[in-house]
Amino acid sequence: MTGLTTTIARKSGYHINLMGLCSAAVILFWAIIALIAPMITPYPVGEIVDWDYFGPSSSAFWLGSDYLGRDVFSRILMGARFTVGISLVAVTLACFIGVTLGMIAAVIGGVFDQVLSRFLDAFNSIPSKLFGLVVVAAVGSSIPVLILTLTAIYAPGSYRFARALAVNINTMDFVTVARARGEGAIYLIWEEILPNILGPVLADFGLRFVFIVLLLSGLSFLGLGVLPPNADWGALVKENISGLPFAAPAVIYPSIAIASLTISVNMMIDNLPKKIRDREN
Amino acid sequence: MNNIIFKLIAQRLGVMIISLVIVSFAVFAATQLLPGDVAEILLGQAATPEAVAALREAMGLNQSALVRYFQWLAGLAQGDFGLSYVTNEPIVDLIAGRLQNTLRLAGITALFSVPLALSLGILAALYQDTRFDRIVSGITVTVISVPEFMVATIAVLIFAVHLKWLPALSYANEITSLGHMLKIFAMPVITLTFVISAQMIRMSRAAVIETLNTPYCEMALLKGASRIRTVMVHALPNALGPIANAVALSVSYLLGGVIIVETIFNYPGIAKLMVDAVATRDLPLIQSCVMIFCFGYLILIMLADIISILANPRLRT
Amino acid sequence: MSQPIVQLKDLRINATTDSGRQVEIIKGVSFDVTPGEMLALIGESGSGKTTIALSLLGHTRSGCWIDAGEIVVDGHDMAKLSEAQRAEHRGATVSYIPQSAAAAFNPAKSLIDQVIEAARIHDIMPADAARKKAIELFRALALPDPDTIGERYPHQVSGGQLQRLSAAMALITDPRLVIFDEPTTALDVTTQIEVLRAFKSVMKQGGISGVYVTHDLAVVAQIADRIAVLKEGEVQEIGTTEQILHAPEHPYTKELMSAFEPKAFEGIAIGNTHDIKPVLDVKDVFAGYGPKRSDGMPTALILKDINFDLMPGKNLGVIGESGSGKSTLARAVAGLLPPAAGQIGFNGAALRPDLQHRTKDQLRRIQIVFQLADTALNPNKPIGKILGRPLDFYHGLKGRAREARVDELLDMVRLPKSIRHRLPAELSGGQKQRINLARALAAEPELILCDEITSALDTVVAAAILELLKELQRELSLSYMFISHDLSTVEAICDDVLVMYKGEIVERMPTVQMRDGAQHAYSRLLISSVPQLDTQWLDGLEQDLEIIAQFSHR
Repeated sequence: MTGLTTTIARKSGYHINLMGLCSAAVILFWAIIALIAPMITPYPVGEIVDWDYFGPSSSAFWLGSDYLGRDVFSRILMGARFTVGISLVAVTLACFIGVTLGMIAAVIGGVFDQVLSRFLDAFNSIPSKLFGLVVVAAVGSSIPVLILTLTAIYAPGSYRFARALAVNINTMDFVTVARARGEGAIYLIWEEILPNILGPVLADFGLRFVFIVLLLSGLSFLGLGVLPPNADWGALVKENISGLPFAAPAVIYPSIAIASLTISVNMMIDNLPKKIRDREN
Repeated sequence: MNNIIFKLIAQRLGVMIISLVIVSFAVFAATQLLPGDVAEILLGQAATPEAVAALREAMGLNQSALVRYFQWLAGLAQGDFGLSYVTNEPIVDLIAGRLQNTLRLAGITALFSVPLALSLGILAALYQDTRFDRIVSGITVTVISVPEFMVATIAVLIFAVHLKWLPALSYANEITSLGHMLKIFAMPVITLTFVISAQMIRMSRAAVIETLNTPYCEMALLKGASRIRTVMVHALPNALGPIANAVALSVSYLLGGVIIVETIFNYPGIAKLMVDAVATRDLPLIQSCVMIFCFGYLILIMLADIISILANPRLRT
Repeated sequence: MSQPIVQLKDLRINATTDSGRQVEIIKGVSFDVTPGEMLALIGESGSGKTTIALSLLGHTRSGCWIDAGEIVVDGHDMAKLSEAQRAEHRGATVSYIPQSAAAAFNPAKSLIDQVIEAARIHDIMPADAARKKAIELFRALALPDPDTIGERYPHQVSGGQLQRLSAAMALITDPRLVIFDEPTTALDVTTQIEVLRAFKSVMKQGGISGVYVTHDLAVVAQIADRIAVLKEGEVQEIGTTEQILHAPEHPYTKELMSAFEPKAFEGIAIGNTHDIKPVLDVKDVFAGYGPKRSDGMPTALILKDINFDLMPGKNLGVIGESGSGKSTLARAVAGLLPPAAGQIGFNGAALRPDLQHRTKDQLRRIQIVFQLADTALNPNKPIGKILGRPLDFYHGLKGRAREARVDELLDMVRLPKSIRHRLPAELSGGQKQRINLARALAAEPELILCDEITSALDTVVAAAILELLKELQRELSLSYMFISHDLSTVEAICDDVLVMYKGEIVERMPTVQMRDGAQHAYSRLLISSVPQLDTQWLDGLEQDLEIIAQFSHR
């Protein structure tokens, strides 16, 4: 295995970690599943196919059957669409909004920065689960509403992070040189600041994705997220919770699916490929 | 020095109060977005136009939203939380007992987890990069990455299903003995402890390691201090600020975790009350519970800020 | 002959680079130190002097380890001892004075607790006795209020005081050997004198041996008995101070000495000066930061009543210590910090105070180059793009024409064309500073503001940059405003020099008069505080105590 990592290292100039590779593989796996799920489920997702409910893992039903007798494996595969899909859309929106506003605030400064920062700081006063709860209680939980709510909860954090990074870069001499040259704000943001914060911003993207997956699962678990007949992984745990005293696979495997995704993303962020900086070359 | 600290604390207090007001506005506004007429929903079958009009008048729903908002705020300030839409009882009565339960749960959890987590975190920093550290770090990363209900389900599987030491669900309304009470609290407390300890361990470990990398800790080593002395005498006092901050933040996580834990274990606390209220669309109850939660959350965050300020030696002297 | 206090034999220290490769950073160094003598380790950055100094304590920074050799200090081989055994000697037999005392003190503990800590760790004497001894040391080091200064916290005392306190911290246990790691590098010259004097007297009194690490030859001349010259982890030459300074043998030592000697500056002849307008004409400028007060001045007023002019083809130096406002002056001229009052004229035309209102052409003709090349170049852009942008922005050059011009610029600063594909992180400090210059030249300016551009560079590299600046001036008829705290640099390149103190111009004089002919009391103090390459300089230095007290920010 070390042979593989050192070869990649030498060829690409990046120092790659075994852990990082494995996590990337898991993430890729779920991404592909999310895309092709309807084509590969062994049983139709909503149909009762087993006489026994909470059946154990068997050759017919790889991950057992759920509280109604439906195939857990198929439902997990379809659940990937919702968990991964909703979270991905939400995190992309949140980070796009947050990073853009953060950079603009850092470069322009002044009143715009002050007002925006105070306004977004107010979002900090409400714990995320609570916010989700209240919004769902008010507006219901259709998928667009879920996505917007998740975006609203996590965009301020992304803004604060990106703004802090951008402010840091803004004080560096090369930005001052560009300013002294007469460059405008758009050039500064696009050419000077963005390339230098891309790394940490992507790591934050990954972290935020994990937060969103966890929050979404939590909301679904409370019955406030993805509603029947659809089910994301959190909802799967909720509907099968009565099987817990019997250690039914139907309760455990959806959780494992969530854990595999979130742990992999965290692992990958910790083990991002590091560029080799060898001065002797 | 006192003047500066005083000013900073007063500032934080002010921010907290403003945030509370904003939150109250948001909560009130959110609950007004509900589709459908409240009076109609409540009357259900009996919703004749006259009954609806009478009820609206009685509930004061014909006044403008802004007026109702201020009335509600005034009521809150006086401790009058209004009546539940569902049971018509004063909300204060509903909440009081449940709030106690939740605070008990949170208190016991904090009592266990804070000393445990801080010790583990500091030890992990002390023995950085040893096997002990790697194991601790691995476990904490895993626990942080997974949803709370997963920790809960695993705890149930291990302690209730396999070992059969504890009951799977807790019926806290019929506490007969101390032993019984312990059994009921055990599962929720274990779950919550895992969740917030992981956070605290991670943050305190990071704080101590960061302090260990400072030039003055290297200087201590060069004076002949052992690693233990360097950590205890030099690093810890300077890491106390970030660590206390971490503790306050982690305890604020409890507020989120408690929602899941009370639901899954059927524990009669205020979080479960709130979740049920959402299911039944009991607006005043939802509003009140949310305000209490946010209040607690804001106090913890403000505490974390104030501790950070006090811990800065430049301000203290 | 008594046993040497230090015997280094063939020391080899390795390190791991980012890519996992192992490199040897100390390549077989050997030297001795006899009891009571002070040996200086001099060399440029990267020569390994700090690494060797720390190894005398048995300590290596992370990523490095001792590969081979003996480090015998007072009879114990630090290389072979266990970590616990080494800890027994650190602070007791051999102690360390750090480069930045401000960072080496724990901000949360009182000064006296930290000063006596080493005595407590090694249980040499009870706390009370240690405190008394500490106060005596404070007196010997000429610290103000020796009885009470220990009760304060690090942020309540100045940099010079902290440096002397760290000396007390090192001496409390009566060590046999003290390691000085560039302790005066971060201090102003006027403060440096006091600190050096204090070190010298205390060391002589106790007959303590020392190893002094520095890159500043003049400082070394005052304080060391012998000098070891280091380059890239190897000793180039060792000898007595007199011999190294006046009769160096090794070619590298000679190179170092010649870079250190100030060269007289010959300005370029202009010809008819009667009708020429000054390039820069600054009148009655006040500038600062923060919101405006009622009198129109900013809350933190930094520059006061600035008046000077600069003729084309001439260079103006601006010297002063930290806090004198010299960098602020550069920023005010560049438009980065609009003055609250006064006018700035450029080639006869008035410049609008702030950037936004100046024309692109005006911005083009004044360029600014900064001190830290690391932060002055965008780490994510290759050199070619960095140089290409001003060409595009000011002259609209694109495509082949732009590439050709980039090649010309690289040539002008004497760098290979292949460097255009590199990223800044792959370049050395000197190369980065040349790119900075090239970027300024890309605009085809008339005036270049140089803000401490050689201060972060090694002496040899800095000398080369100054040569380059002079050549470019001849080729392109530029004018420079050269800001620096280093008098010899200013001497090497400027026609006239302004002396600044607390935001005001205290004096202006031709550079040739600087050494002997300064008029203002502060100028004289500043110039006389710069160490000379004469071993008797410090002892023979006479400075008026009253004037020192008046101008010091002790």
